[in-house]
Amino acid sequence: MNNSTQTFKSRYDAIVIGAGHNGLTNAAYLAKGGLDVLVVEKNDYIGGAAVSRELHEGWVYSNCSYVCSLLRQSIHRDLELTRHGLMIVPYSGTTNFSRTGDYIAEYSDHAMQYREIRRHSLRDADASVRYETDLMRYAKLIRHFLLRTPADPTSFKPRDMSEMMFMAKKFAGMGEEQVYEFIRFMTMSAGDFLDEYFENDLVKAMFSTSSIIGTALGVYSPGTAYVLLHHVMGDVDGAVGAWGLARGGMGAISNAIAGALREHGGTIRTSAPVQQIIVRNGRATGVALEGGEEICADIVVSNLDPKRTFTVIMDRNDIPADLRSKAENFKIRGSSGKVNIALTGAPDFPSLPGGHPLRHGSFQFLDSMERMERAYDDWKHGRWSDDPFVEMTQSSMWDPTLAAPGHYFVSCFIQYCPAEVAGGWTPEKRDAFGKTVIDQICNYSPNFRDLIAHMEVRTPHEIENEIGLTEGNIFQGELTIDQLMFNRPFPGYSQYRGPVKGMYMCGSGTHPGGGVSAACGANSAREILRDLKRPNVVPEDDVDE
Amino acid sequence: MPLQATLQPAYAIDHVHMGILPSPFHSRTSRLNLNQQWNEWNGFASAAYYSDAHIEYFSTRNTCGVFDVSPMRKYRFRGADAAAMLDRMVTRDVIAQAVDTVAYNVWCTDAGALVDDGTIFRLAEEEFMLCCADPCYDWFCLSAVGFDAVDITEISEEVAALALQGPTSCALLKAMGFTGIEDCKPFQIMRFAFASGEIMISRTGYTGDLGYELWLPPQDAKQLWDALFDKGALYGIQPLGDESLEMARLEAGFLAPDVDFHGSLHTVQRGHDHSPLELGLGWILNFKKAHFSGRAALLAQKESGNYRRLLKLDIEGNKPAEHSILYADKKCATEIGYITSAMWSPVVKANIAYGLVDAKFFKGPIWAEIYHQKELRWQRKVARCTRVTKAFWSPERARATPPPDC
Ligand SMILES: Cc1cc2nc3c(=O)[nH]c(=O)nc-3n(C[C@H](O)[C@H](O)[C@H](O)COP(=O)(O)OP(=O)(O)OC[C@H]3O[C@@H](n4cnc5c(N)ncnc54)[C@H](O)[C@@H]3O)c2cc1C
Repeated sequence: MNNSTQTFKSRYDAIVIGAGHNGLTNAAYLAKGGLDVLVVEKNDYIGGAAVSRELHEGWVYSNCSYVCSLLRQSIHRDLELTRHGLMIVPYSGTTNFSRTGDYIAEYSDHAMQYREIRRHSLRDADASVRYETDLMRYAKLIRHFLLRTPADPTSFKPRDMSEMMFMAKKFAGMGEEQVYEFIRFMTMSAGDFLDEYFENDLVKAMFSTSSIIGTALGVYSPGTAYVLLHHVMGDVDGAVGAWGLARGGMGAISNAIAGALREHGGTIRTSAPVQQIIVRNGRATGVALEGGEEICADIVVSNLDPKRTFTVIMDRNDIPADLRSKAENFKIRGSSGKVNIALTGAPDFPSLPGGHPLRHGSFQFLDSMERMERAYDDWKHGRWSDDPFVEMTQSSMWDPTLAAPGHYFVSCFIQYCPAEVAGGWTPEKRDAFGKTVIDQICNYSPNFRDLIAHMEVRTPHEIENEIGLTEGNIFQGELTIDQLMFNRPFPGYSQYRGPVKGMYMCGSGTHPGGGVSAACGANSAREILRDLKRPNVVPEDDVDE
Repeated sequence: MPLQATLQPAYAIDHVHMGILPSPFHSRTSRLNLNQQWNEWNGFASAAYYSDAHIEYFSTRNTCGVFDVSPMRKYRFRGADAAAMLDRMVTRDVIAQAVDTVAYNVWCTDAGALVDDGTIFRLAEEEFMLCCADPCYDWFCLSAVGFDAVDITEISEEVAALALQGPTSCALLKAMGFTGIEDCKPFQIMRFAFASGEIMISRTGYTGDLGYELWLPPQDAKQLWDALFDKGALYGIQPLGDESLEMARLEAGFLAPDVDFHGSLHTVQRGHDHSPLELGLGWILNFKKAHFSGRAALLAQKESGNYRRLLKLDIEGNKPAEHSILYADKKCATEIGYITSAMWSPVVKANIAYGLVDAKFFKGPIWAEIYHQKELRWQRKVARCTRVTKAFWSPERARATPPPDC
């Protein structure tokens, strides 16, 4: 991605700050809606947390996000992202190794999954049906709201009232008893929720892992049940809860959206960090880049997280004091690390027979929720976990474009790692954090270390510095009920409009939250086009079928 | 007069094989077919899927997949009249077809109704192999009337065959030692020494992606399978069952016999068979060459323009329009045709289908009445259909020589 051959104007209809996948989606729909759009991005590459980079020759990493399920299918279809080079490939098989030497695995085949759980507990094998049904009921409910703007419950505008009605209808459709259950679920901990279904520690451990991904909470903290749901509300080709890989790494998603944006006449300018959103007479009039250049537009959209948007690139004099304090108090604690590894051979996992399909899947190393809670305790004390939770995805086993045959790219997502450590992060501390991850893997794969050709270790500190996610929080703000739906990012600001006319938000800090969904960007574009009294070009979701 | 019969002991008779037949790859395919899910194809066991159809299907778009095409019917045409005989039977120019190339073809009745489709391999000046999904020997004999110097033999059991399809297929063949395969052009044939004899590789397939078909004597079948899966591990190889192949072929724009068309020879009801024009196969009707079966009827039909059209449709929503009736209006008052094949396309992310639409209506609006089940309860919807002119999936690499990364 480079600007060298392009010339840029000093005025556009709309400027989107940040070329994260949501910023690009927002811009693509504004361009499709007929606006002359510029995206300005601080880095010399696009994609934000949905990015692929070749940091070591011959290996392409998905540097941040690494798997895809939330991406709205209707946006993929509508923007013709396949034609722009995107392919989402399903993958399956997660193995969760235990220190006893055994493991529990997830299979896509129903009967095999049943037998696998039964190996550990007959009762849990049966209970898993009840568990999946309940979770699916909530997932199906929540899926209705992903590509919709949340209603403002305090408003009497016909549109908000009708949106409230829509919501009420969907809730009521579950039946009274289920509404109670759902409300309970939304405020519950994943640990308590799982304890209601399962008896076996390993089974619970397996199901619990997605409840704390990216989250500065423990499995027994209230609110984590929702995080679990957040990770199963997506789909691949209608298989709700399934995950896939973007061929070419997650950057393929951003690149394809950028392709659609350019086809609709939009422009992307990289290496252009915004210093400030310019506000005159109570309305946004453009942006000032670091270095002083000003670019004008009547519409300015921020793809940055809400904290950064309202405390860094907006002047405190341009926004209400109340908003400033909401932004300062916004919960956006970093808790995750990422280690991307280039391997020169396939790692051996002696507990799995050679040639077993699970060898191609993801690996986790967790015996019990208790052990996860201990890892969280370290974080609370401002340390990275020394027995970290690691989700290791062998992306290149499924994607031949990431590394040469016989070479592998392995993506490791880690809980927990704090945004701040005593004395501040240093390269040495970063590498010490990286070492805990490799040590964890080597417990189960003795030859792993010998195969490493290169690795990229990222603590929240690196994540914040590179893509501007405050504190390295992967979701641009925590996914707790006080920061969801009409409370996201703040009460009164959930409809993508900022505090001044012409200023909008489109990042994961808005509804429906973090993850590579493109929904925030699309919803925001719909609102902007509406304010401009232009026809809507943003598709509806296709979930209700 | 006393009745006289010569009794043969039971053991001396070549009784029909009871039950389904194994293909030459069965010892290998059955090992991978985890749930033993088989369909029957020309009497042979053909895997429905191996472990997960969705994942297997994606190998044709992302890595490479192997489909056992051995049950296909194969015929050898040999002799001085072979080219002329085939040329009269099929719609494309066989005389001009170069040696070591393959051509997709159809053959019709004199009334221009489609009998079947298949591929013709010109193996030598006077030798051809014809492959088709269903048996057709009788029709070939009828079509050879007047041509004495052609010898037609069924060789289905003499040739084992695999389709290797997907973006890493060329790289895998190269890694297996088939040097030069990267120069093989679409529809070209190459030969290599392999195991006890020779393997023939053609750059053909039924997925619309980069791919090859591998032909060899059955005694070498297992060795080929093992070599493919041994080297293929690094190239993301997957076995493909019928379900994944069906998805790939529909995206690629290929027809399936007895799904998208009903062969004329077994059609009882008038008008329930098809002309190639109706099926969008106008491009393989060569009216410039000499006479071929069905020529006059097809020419007349073409000039009239008055025939049904099998359309490629992109249908709103995500529920496949399986078995749907098509209408000219949303109220479903005017019936204009029906869907022949339908699916959700995982790679394109579109709800795609073929629909056969009456001549008068194919340019106008099209609506599909779709029924689908939600936890047993039937739902009905009427969805707008949009005509698509190109294949749903047709990547550049399928045409490139050498293919990318080779
Ligand atoms: C380590 C990690 C792993 C993750 N794993 C997954 C996963 O597997 N699956 C999943 O679905 N989600 C995952 N997520 C979450 C997901 O990636 C993010 O929620 C999503 O990509 C955010 O997209 P966005 O467009 O809203 O914002 P961002 O991607 O944060 O984009 C913001 C953009 O703004 C730019 N920017 C910042 N400041 C400025 C400025 N002043 N001027 C100009 N530009 C600026 C940034 O460089 C960036 O490009 C992960 C996130 C992380 C960090």
